[in-house]
Amino acid sequence: MANGILVFIEHVDGKINRATYEAIRAAQLIGAEIGQEISAVLFGQGIGDAAAEIATKKIKTIFTVESQWLKTYTADGYTHAFRQVIEQLRPDLLLMAHTYQVRDFAPKLAASFKQMLIGDNIGYKLENGRPVFTRQVFQGKLSADVIPLGEPPHFVSFQIGSFRGDECEAGKAEIKALSVNLDPDLVRQLPEERFKEAKAAVDLTQAPLIVSVGRGIKEQQNIEIVQKLARALGAEIAASRPICDNEWLPMDRQIGSSGQTVAPKLYLAVGISGAIQHLVGMKGARTIVAINKDPEAPIFEIADYGIVGDLFEIVPALTTEAEKMNKQ
Amino acid sequence: MIALSLGPARVQSVIKEALARGADRGIHLEDPAFDKLDAFGIASVIADAAKAEGFDLLLTGLQSDDFGFAQTGVISAELLGLPHATIVMDVELKDGTLRVKRELESGFFQWVGMPLPAVLTIQSGVNTLRYATLKGIITAKKKEIKKLNAAALSIDQSLLSPRMEFCRVYLPVKNKQTQFIQGTPAEIAVKLLDKLKNEARVF
Repeated sequence: MANGILVFIEHVDGKINRATYEAIRAAQLIGAEIGQEISAVLFGQGIGDAAAEIATKKIKTIFTVESQWLKTYTADGYTHAFRQVIEQLRPDLLLMAHTYQVRDFAPKLAASFKQMLIGDNIGYKLENGRPVFTRQVFQGKLSADVIPLGEPPHFVSFQIGSFRGDECEAGKAEIKALSVNLDPDLVRQLPEERFKEAKAAVDLTQAPLIVSVGRGIKEQQNIEIVQKLARALGAEIAASRPICDNEWLPMDRQIGSSGQTVAPKLYLAVGISGAIQHLVGMKGARTIVAINKDPEAPIFEIADYGIVGDLFEIVPALTTEAEKMNKQ
Repeated sequence: MIALSLGPARVQSVIKEALARGADRGIHLEDPAFDKLDAFGIASVIADAAKAEGFDLLLTGLQSDDFGFAQTGVISAELLGLPHATIVMDVELKDGTLRVKRELESGFFQWVGMPLPAVLTIQSGVNTLRYATLKGIITAKKKEIKKLNAAALSIDQSLLSPRMEFCRVYLPVKNKQTQFIQGTPAEIAVKLLDKLKNEARVF
């Protein structure tokens, strides 16, 4: 019997990163298919509540590793602690969400076992009784199926959004403390406080939500109804080229081959037909919504959700509904 | 400043570009044995070549455009026994210690200190590359590009064996099926926001 799947639980001061639930869900699905038990591990100080929260999921054991040197994340601290956990538990497979933190330490951790991270996968399939992982290569133009080679442990991470965290099976896990030997001299990074900064110029590439407006809006004064929707959704407003050429919105709001290229979580296209020059700037968005009166508009070919209708009726209705949602 | 690259003959043009823009000399790591390396193998070769040079700072990008492993710098740091930081936006040097600004998720940043030598992976777009002047282009021609192959490096062959296997590469399966939402404007609004929240999970 192999030694199962170990899931990495990521948190900041006990607040669990949402993507962690996606990794748990991936482990539940893969574990069920290959008949392996799932455990999870979290590092930090004062992490009892976070462990209890994870323990409500269908996982066999949650291992907690507490140390003052793990209170704030460092690549060195986490790698040294995690390495000892792996040596104690000897899991076959390590599953993680492909977050910034995992990208920071997981390649180092894997390399310390002379392995590499099979990173940023978007799914898996079962072949000959073992999981084969799918990742995007050449910037998403191609997909590749890959398998880890060599002796376990194998290190695998999944792209955010590849699994549904809210579909984690519930259960009751036991919580066990593990102790590791951490030599503070081995932790070379000195992290300061995390902070946010006010953004100077508009950087649409960083916006998670974008509402974009095109020629269908007809007149400059109508832009306002789209701006209201953007505000209600907490989104940045953007536009296709004709809108910026007319100076109805500034040039730094333009998406497309002569503007910015974006890949937000949500791209809501209002009255945009979807000329190729526009599509190249936004087709990487995770979810695309198109509102257009022409059912043949090319934008619908890449849209996840399509609404054929009059934007002057639909946009205000959406704004009202979004405002209601915000109040809840 | 040394510009180092691993790859076939064509990477020389990138090294020359770097020399024209101010790098002092170049190192080109080329060998048929390097052709199909994964991130672990690439990092092993780079770490080996860098170690022989001695350095204060090893800088890499974040992620390549081809396989996008996003690990070369971090694995190199581990193999060299050095501290590292990823997704670096800014770098300060104070009393021989490094202080770097890292990009975190959800709009957060963090300054992290560490001793030299160190390995940093740099976020794209944080600096503007200087122009290659005519003088730069001319002097670049006189600058050395050292070519190293597997035999010239003392690298342990076991580090070059693959850690992963590509079973197949194919065009992405198009799983985008447009869902058309119908109803009155108010009904559409309710349905769409529900789908965005619970199906697409964008909120």
